[in-house]
Amino acid sequence: MSKILIRGAKVLGGEVADVLIDGEIIAEIGTGLAADDAQVVEAEGQILLPGLVDLHTHLREPGREDSETVLTGTRAAASGGFTAVFAMANTHPVADSAGVVEQVYRLGKEAGYCDVQPIGAVTVGLEGKKLAELGAMHDSAAGVTVFSDDGKCVDDAVIMRRALEYVKAFGGVVAQHAQEPRLTEGAQMNEGVVSAELGLGGWPAVAEESIIARDVLLAEHVGSRVHICHLSTAGSVEIVRWAKSRGIDVTAEVTPHHLLLTDELVRTYDPVYKVNPPLRTERDVTALREALADGTIDIVATDHAPHPHEDKDCEWAAAAMGMVGLETALSVVQQTMVETGLLDWAGVADRMSFAPARIGRAAGHGRPVSAGEPANLTLVDPAYRGEVDPADFASRSRNTPYEGRELPGRVTHTFLRGRATLVDGKLA
Amino acid sequence: MPSLSPRSHTPMMRHLISAADLTRDDAVLILDTAEEMARVADRPIKKLPTLRGRTVCNLFFEDSTRTRISFEAAEKRLSADVINFAAKGSSVSKGESLKDTAQTLEAMGVDAVVIRHGASGAPYRLATSGWIDAPVINAGDGTHQHPTQALLDAFTMRRRLVGRDTGLGRDLDGKRITLVGDVLHSRVARSNVDLLHTLGAEVTLVAPPTLVPVGVESWPCEVSYDLDSVLAKSDAVMMLRVQRERMNAAFFPTEREYSRRYGLDGRRMAKMPEHAIVMHPGPMVRGMEITAEVADSDRCTVVEQVANGVSTRMAVLYLLLGGAEFTAPASPRTTEES
Ligand SMILES: [Zn+2]
Repeated sequence: MSKILIRGAKVLGGEVADVLIDGEIIAEIGTGLAADDAQVVEAEGQILLPGLVDLHTHLREPGREDSETVLTGTRAAASGGFTAVFAMANTHPVADSAGVVEQVYRLGKEAGYCDVQPIGAVTVGLEGKKLAELGAMHDSAAGVTVFSDDGKCVDDAVIMRRALEYVKAFGGVVAQHAQEPRLTEGAQMNEGVVSAELGLGGWPAVAEESIIARDVLLAEHVGSRVHICHLSTAGSVEIVRWAKSRGIDVTAEVTPHHLLLTDELVRTYDPVYKVNPPLRTERDVTALREALADGTIDIVATDHAPHPHEDKDCEWAAAAMGMVGLETALSVVQQTMVETGLLDWAGVADRMSFAPARIGRAAGHGRPVSAGEPANLTLVDPAYRGEVDPADFASRSRNTPYEGRELPGRVTHTFLRGRATLVDGKLA
Repeated sequence: MPSLSPRSHTPMMRHLISAADLTRDDAVLILDTAEEMARVADRPIKKLPTLRGRTVCNLFFEDSTRTRISFEAAEKRLSADVINFAAKGSSVSKGESLKDTAQTLEAMGVDAVVIRHGASGAPYRLATSGWIDAPVINAGDGTHQHPTQALLDAFTMRRRLVGRDTGLGRDLDGKRITLVGDVLHSRVARSNVDLLHTLGAEVTLVAPPTLVPVGVESWPCEVSYDLDSVLAKSDAVMMLRVQRERMNAAFFPTEREYSRRYGLDGRRMAKMPEHAIVMHPGPMVRGMEITAEVADSDRCTVVEQVANGVSTRMAVLYLLLGGAEFTAPASPRTTEES
């Protein structure tokens, strides 16, 4: 098997060390390591992180291969430093059966750029009426552990209760897209000063917060664990903080874009900023950053949502919701969390690798960077500065809000079980 | 007489998307220009050669016969060639239609596009997306803006409250204007608040709390839930249209209750000052928001507003398209050709 020697990187942003990869595992960590037969990666000034894990990715296959495929999506993931992604279930057909999740799982294996862990739908067809065969999806080759109707909220309290109870049998978790449907009818952006001025249907914060409040209480009542997708408001943070202080088994995620962008950008009516949940206010952004720093929000998840150009090159009301995020996630986290002093690199490793792997039970990922562990690793050059050019993206879709914006940091290398998927910023 | 050369003022913006984009000087210039255009309407031959050889497209994705006819009359009085494009039944779910249509118009070489669209922001997208190069005039977009409506309303107010001739060069400084009704869904309300504030008026919005948008606190106006308390200090009361379908969405309990609390009847009109006027963008729903007695009184300006709409839109087209052939206002050239 091949050997790779990563020389002089700061492990988790701390001590400088050499890391020797032998085959699929980390063989040795120390200083002044040498191996004649190893390929050497000079990593001075770079940060070595455990391979990033995204608990919330849309790969669009099957059904919307014009937006993204498992292959293009996992290439984008490797470019962004990810070694595992959880693929959301809102495909066509919906990933609500063992057959579909196994197909996605197999496509991930064949592509080979990063591990693809399918998420199963909670309800048949994402219709919110009847539980999907959660157990069969768990027992399938895909080994599904996370269930979500993402894109839609499981708004029926009884269905949500049953799902939370049922997955306890095999240690699963329900990931909720918190959006009260009646309160968001016709909603197109955050409800507030900007929506009032622009005349766009308002999406109130309480539509998210009321569902989170209900779900943490349900999780407490049935003694299950619940994961809340893409928190976007200061009020949501307060509810999760309260639930955790009460001992409720809840975890939560925030997207990179909700850590950086606000609804002021919607004044451009540029659909690149149209996303679900919507961009909120400066006050919300501040609360989300603080909550990610203090651990109230457990993880960063990209909600990578690829859409073809024509679905965004139109008027706001007609445009699809979502933005791509795999390739810019770490840079946005560096800018909003590291360079603001809110989180160090060890903290980034926790929020983007250890914790998401733990929540999703991703075997072999989110492991310590130490000898004997699988060599799932990411090297980052934090000193890099450059404008985002979507033409460089590996993702099939280019709907990024950061085009032309300068972001710090660059993933230079990604290793999946000892094999380089990204070398010097280029896909292997 | 004010100068009618736009070049002697701060240049107007290239497009008219929002009333908020107009400076006080821009707005006063448009109103003064509209006053000159109104004189044309008083002539036996109501036509100027100003936009001869220019093509204006009225691009209506949403039905509005009144607004379209008003623009068309304005365009024809300025001798423009007019293309009416009604994208009937085109829904926003078919998002490509706006871009496709814009590119078709660009290829045909239109000189200006007047657009009406059900989606807020569609005219802004059209003006900024690079799909088309021509000036864009917003003729109403979703629940966002309807700037020429605000201009014709301000024109009507200035004539009635300041004076037709004495008003030239002046704004609406200190006038107290009350807008009543469905503010939440009203592009007319948004445009009027912006423009009236720019022109120095004090604006009060009156509506049930369910029809006032969250975020209204950032608007340059007062908000009241009680119509009776503001009538005595209003120089103009503008009634906004209430769409009947709103009732199903529980914005208010019943038509009768709405009418009792927010409708304008003779009893309420009597509380207004002698000189105060009643306005309505039309079409009026008689009975619910305004009684026939009020609608037919000589204090109600609905018919004038329609006539003023043509003059105001002529002024906007003239100024945006830089009608070089427009001569001194005292003796405008007229022509019979079409
Ligand atoms: Zn979602």
